[in-house]
Amino acid sequence: MIHTHTYDALVVGGGGAGMMAAIYLSRESRLRTAVISKLYPTRSHTGAAQGGIGAALGNLEEDHPEWHAFDTVKGSDYLGDQDAIETMCREAVDVVIELEHMGLPFSRTPDGKIAQRPFGGHTHHQGQGPVRRSCYAADRTGHMILQTLYQNCIKNGVEFFDEFQVVDVMLAEGRCVGVVAYEVATGDLHVFHSKSVNLATGGFGRIFSITSNAHANTGDGPAVALRRGIPLEDMEFYQFHPTGIYKMGILITEGVRGEGGVLRNDYGERFMERYAPTMKDLASRDVVARAIYQEMREGRGINGKRYVYLDATYLGAEVIEQKLPDIADFCRTYLGVDPVHEPMPIQPTAHYAMGGIPTNVDGCVVIDDRGTVVPGLYAAGETACVSVHGGNRLGTNSLLDLVVFGRRSGLHMAEFCLEADLGSLPENPTRDVAAELERLLSVAAGEPPARLRQELQDTMMDFVGVFREEEGMRQAMDKVRELKRRYEAVVVMDKGRRFNTDLLEAWELRNLLDLAEVTAASALNRKESRGAHSREDFPNRDDENWLKHTLAVQDVDGGVRIDYKPVTITQFEPKERVY
Amino acid sequence: MPMVTLRIQRFDPENDQRPVYREYAVNADPTDRVLDAINSVKWYQDGSLTYRRSCAHGICGSDAMRINGANRLACKVLIRDVGAKVTIEPLMGFRVIKDLVVDMEPFFAQFRSVLPYLINDEGAPERERTQSVHEREVYDDTTKCILCAACTTSCPSFWADENFVGPAAIVNAHRFIFDSRDKAAAERLDILNDREGVWRCRTVFNCTEACPREIRITKAIGEVKKAILSSAR
Ligand SMILES: Cc1cc2nc3c(=O)[nH]c(=O)nc-3n(C[C@H](O)[C@H](O)[C@H](O)COP(=O)(O)OP(=O)(O)OC[C@H]3O[C@@H](n4cnc5c(N)ncnc54)[C@H](O)[C@@H]3O)c2cc1C
Ligand code: FES
Repeated sequence: MIHTHTYDALVVGGGGAGMMAAIYLSRESRLRTAVISKLYPTRSHTGAAQGGIGAALGNLEEDHPEWHAFDTVKGSDYLGDQDAIETMCREAVDVVIELEHMGLPFSRTPDGKIAQRPFGGHTHHQGQGPVRRSCYAADRTGHMILQTLYQNCIKNGVEFFDEFQVVDVMLAEGRCVGVVAYEVATGDLHVFHSKSVNLATGGFGRIFSITSNAHANTGDGPAVALRRGIPLEDMEFYQFHPTGIYKMGILITEGVRGEGGVLRNDYGERFMERYAPTMKDLASRDVVARAIYQEMREGRGINGKRYVYLDATYLGAEVIEQKLPDIADFCRTYLGVDPVHEPMPIQPTAHYAMGGIPTNVDGCVVIDDRGTVVPGLYAAGETACVSVHGGNRLGTNSLLDLVVFGRRSGLHMAEFCLEADLGSLPENPTRDVAAELERLLSVAAGEPPARLRQELQDTMMDFVGVFREEEGMRQAMDKVRELKRRYEAVVVMDKGRRFNTDLLEAWELRNLLDLAEVTAASALNRKESRGAHSREDFPNRDDENWLKHTLAVQDVDGGVRIDYKPVTITQFEPKERVY
Repeated sequence: MPMVTLRIQRFDPENDQRPVYREYAVNADPTDRVLDAINSVKWYQDGSLTYRRSCAHGICGSDAMRINGANRLACKVLIRDVGAKVTIEPLMGFRVIKDLVVDMEPFFAQFRSVLPYLINDEGAPERERTQSVHEREVYDDTTKCILCAACTTSCPSFWADENFVGPAAIVNAHRFIFDSRDKAAAERLDILNDREGVWRCRTVFNCTEACPREIRITKAIGEVKKAILSSAR
């Protein structure tokens, strides 16, 4: 059965970015707005964020948005667009105050202000030493942001379609006219006709085997856009967080190091002193993740294995229980390790996509190097690439990105919707997805999708991970293409209509395959090392040839075509990056 | 890897008259999560097995279910803690949509009924509203709720009366009632002083035992009861 709905504005995704946009849209009473989310909003992965949100409040020591901007540009390895970064860091102060006013229960300083702590790559006086910039609510900052935004959505009467999964975005006559969604409970398709759509579907860490990302993080938004001809920007830049729980990938926040925890190798050596003499354990993530890999490669992993220790023992029970209670709980539950008394076994874990759907600072999707927008189509949050993170994101800057650009995109959408009319729907808008879902259901016997997914994740981890080189990435490309062929014959065992998560997992696998291919192709194409993209065959940054963004599009034959667009540089000339 | 038997309650209202139990044998490490074992059934044995999950580390609240009779998050219980044969059933008290998936709408309606958002119309200052470390500490515990429904669906008062607002909603009311920045405590206390409010709680402590976030729920409910009594005086 097909249902049709009409709205002015649709937000796809009920995470931090989506709900911030929805709150701003809901303030314009002349507009009909709805949020469509495959998970109940409070299940979104924003809730997993621990460490904090960056803003130069200066509550505990001198700080300035300009310093924050410098750190972000440097952290990005000069690939971030400096105008967008300046906007984000300037609005950071105001938006964090706004979250507090909405009710967010930040931890507090002794004089009752929002508490702040140091975080990787955040410095005073442009690199002189760590600064307390990360605003936090114990180690559940993301949980509190998600809850607070959901609470405010309820307060504002935002309309939600929970457990509706968007499976296509409708473009007609060069503009966006809505989405097609699959109602999980019934298996019905819904056509949502609208003036504008904001894709805020979060990350896609599930292309890798060791990841901090949720099962639901399958990149549906970027994949759907890609298949409708929208380019994806800078997909080769995928962040590996230095400290994931060994084998499980569950994140241990950088806040542990912010509070004074240190990394140690098999000899008990605090090895970051060798790699980053000034910032040590608080150097930026790409630097620390590579250092850990290097230690393991040279046989200094613990007992020669693929992990090192994160040691927080001398922080004392009080700091750990007060400021890092969830981390302590994770370690006790999953490792049987008490971080008060024992070090935590950690390894780098696939964490964050710097790349995604290209947008300008108002969240409008931009498809080329001339700033051409698709009217009515927006993206925000981890799904989007503004680009404020460039080659490497600093900790605390994603939560900031969500709320700053969630807000900006919501405001711009509201303005757009007040002016725009409702475009006409494409002919038979559900045809393609209905056919694909039917096809998946019609395969009687074959391989389970889970097997393909596992092979994909292992391949990406091995060959398109922390360190990369030509031969490995070619192998990865071949493997992904082989898996795409095998995908045509996977079997969905559940043939029913009600709550068919078997079917949806198979559909999500296709997204992972498409995004993995674009990631590998973009990585293979970029012949330099920058930020999180570290090539052993091209170990240096090459500003002369590669100080530019990648734009990757899917060709009609399914291959990947690469284009570029320039980086915006305003005040910070590219320099060598040392921490 | 040792074998573990999962005995799972299955029910698809489209096809089944009543729930049945099916057994699945899976290889699982003692340190695997129960969720990993359930995933392995779904991915490699029976794709029609249906449940919710997302974060896989106890933070999103998707996969609360009954594991050996107790409400738990499947991603926060390890195989070594449940024995070689595990019984897995949906939460009690909500309509089963399919297998381990229950209808959460009534749960979220209870949540919404307690005005779960900061209310303060006094015009915000330019900077943050200040709050002392102590004032912040008073409601810290109840900010941890992930709305998984493990508490509400473990409560005998809720089983007996589905209109009871339930522990999770009270926890979320507590979070605002005791927030020094909020101005609507009286309204919420009024709502909870209702026939279907806090007085349905018989202090059985099931909720506290069930909470995967270790929120001292019964204590929080007690504080709300006390606040009602002292505001009435
Ligand atoms: C463990 C962890 C810790 C982190 N800690 C920090 C930190 O301390 N500081 C920081 O700045 N950043 C941190 N990050 C990064 C940051 O949390 C994320 O990048 C950010 O929360 C993503 O938010 P989002 O709104 O873009 O997406 P999400 O919160 O993931 O939300 C995505 C939404 O889209 C919906 N959705 C997805 N697909 C579909 C579809 N097909 N149809 C309908 N809806 C769909 C989902 O239901 C969900 O509601 C952390 C990340 C992780 C994984
Ligand atoms: S899957 Fe998120 S709480 Fe278990």
